Amino acid sequence: MKAVRLPKSPKVLLGLAILAFFAILTVIGPWIAPYNPSATNFAANLNPSAQHWLGTTSLGQDIYSQLLVGARATMIVAIIAGLIATFLSMTIGISAGYLGGKTDDVLSLTSNVFLAIPGLPLLIVIDSYLPVQSRSNPLVIGIVISLTGWAWGARVLRAQTLSLRNRDFVEAARIIGEKRSRIMFSEIAPNLLPVLASSLLFTILYSIGAYVTLAYIGLTSTSVWNWGTMMYWAQANNAPLSNEWYWFVPPGICIALVGTGLALVNFGIDEFINPRLRAAGLTGRTYRALGLPRRVRLGLTPVVRSAQKPVVTTPAPELVSK
Amino acid sequence: MNRIVFRRLALYAVTAWVAITVNFMLPRFMPGNPIQTLIGKLTGQVTPAEIRSIRLSFGLGFKQGIFGEYLTYLTQLVHGNLGVSITLGAPVSTILGETVPWTVGLIGIATFISFAIGTFMGALLGWSRGSRFDSLIPTFTFFQAVPYFFLATVMLLVFGSHLHWFPVLGAYNESVTPGFNWPFISSVVRYGELPVISIVLASIAGWMLGMRNMMITVIGEDFVLMAVAMGLPRRKVIMHAARNAILPSIANLSLAFGLVVSGALLVELVFNYPGVGNLLLQAVLNEDYPLIQGIFLVITFTVLVFNLIADVAYLALDPRTRIQATV
Repeated sequence: MKAVRLPKSPKVLLGLAILAFFAILTVIGPWIAPYNPSATNFAANLNPSAQHWLGTTSLGQDIYSQLLVGARATMIVAIIAGLIATFLSMTIGISAGYLGGKTDDVLSLTSNVFLAIPGLPLLIVIDSYLPVQSRSNPLVIGIVISLTGWAWGARVLRAQTLSLRNRDFVEAARIIGEKRSRIMFSEIAPNLLPVLASSLLFTILYSIGAYVTLAYIGLTSTSVWNWGTMMYWAQANNAPLSNEWYWFVPPGICIALVGTGLALVNFGIDEFINPRLRAAGLTGRTYRALGLPRRVRLGLTPVVRSAQKPVVTTPAPELVSK
Repeated sequence: MNRIVFRRLALYAVTAWVAITVNFMLPRFMPGNPIQTLIGKLTGQVTPAEIRSIRLSFGLGFKQGIFGEYLTYLTQLVHGNLGVSITLGAPVSTILGETVPWTVGLIGIATFISFAIGTFMGALLGWSRGSRFDSLIPTFTFFQAVPYFFLATVMLLVFGSHLHWFPVLGAYNESVTPGFNWPFISSVVRYGELPVISIVLASIAGWMLGMRNMMITVIGEDFVLMAVAMGLPRRKVIMHAARNAILPSIANLSLAFGLVVSGALLVELVFNYPGVGNLLLQAVLNEDYPLIQGIFLVITFTVLVFNLIADVAYLALDPRTRIQATV
């Protein structure tokens, strides 16, 4: 059995660590919040203190509690939207690539149209027509966001499917007489797993941005706590200009950190798909350890010129002893 | 070349048609009744003529079935009639005529700067892959993940209202008279600096990383090795590789443009810039549906025009597409 290889790149490890932290926060956030985020029974506009780590809003709500509770709503919508969008792009991309012909023309045209329409204005138009009670429903919002976020993934998956469709294993499946749907989703799809994963992370990243933006401009229910509504209230109460940084900066940092985590993990997947992006498999530290020049030689494999000891794949003993 | 341009034109025509149709369909098939909402919002006496004009702006109000309504809607659009704004009381097309130039100027300049600097730095980063500059990548990624409006808010706070390096709020000083005169122009430039800088900061990482990855792929090609073997100076080799690596960046320009516009619209809100984004958000808050729909159409059409320009630039830069088209 193949052992699970842990990614070695520090970028990817950093990304995974950030994501793990926010995944835990999503689950336990509302439980560890010290106060009810909507309760208004504190003094207004308190500065950060031991009782209120991030101070209070102008209504006297605890900002730290809002941040913790908001993590779950933000992440849930993003994950719902990401999953639906990835499912759409998988179905549409693989069908377009494998079936070809007229189907491909129609599906490619559809995804190109969705790519060309600017996403946020479309989202705003659709969302402004939603009845107010559905705007607080994570599933509805997730579906609306996924409608504007699937096209890029579909395009990438179609291109990858085109490169797979004439491989031997697909031909073999075709000759045995497997059904088309089985070839597409049981033969081709598993081979696109890294691309699918990258597409999922990308759409989750997009969905967080879209959801937070909608919330920030007040198009989701303002009574559901998420990081966007926090910034909406901060902006509405002029927090940025009255120096209440602790009100609007923490949610922004959280969004950016989740986004960075997703993007860093995505780098890892990109490097897995396209080995050229790996820095020749060596990190800066290994370069130094082997006495190689830091600047990669063009087009040529780096060579160890001080030939006293061969390039070893196991770490040197002094490194192990540490 | 003509065939490719024709294909792109056809794509954009279909996209424009989809945008128009979405606009037409939404008020009809979404739950709730926006027209009742609108009429309910009109305070005071509502004349039958006003109700009629509202219904007309949605293409409703003619007893002619949905296809007839659709045709009427399209005819109105062709004549530039986007309906009348509920809250501002003026025709939507007039309002848009005043706001669109601000947005096109702001976002256009910011995108150009961001693309130019980002691509240049991406080329250098790709060239020196594995050097200590690689550790900058997580930083850029962080900036890329920050929502535009958040970055803009922070910059407004730090550089605008704390350090007073830049004037904030609005597009020009209230004391100058708008027109083609030097004080007005310099004031517009001065007030535009901070919004442009924040859009550039928020969008530059995307260009940089895309260019870096393409550069790394291109550096592996034989022709780059050949250029090095010929003993060309490093600067020339980088230029040589970069010219080839930039093509996908330009091909992606049309995709990225929609994203940049989406983000930049909110920057206008933060800086209270009198552009389309600010107008759109006001319209959303006031549930001014004719204005929302008109803005959506105008933004979509503008993005499509820019996409077409990017496509033509791509054709002009990549000889291979021209050869393919003639075969």
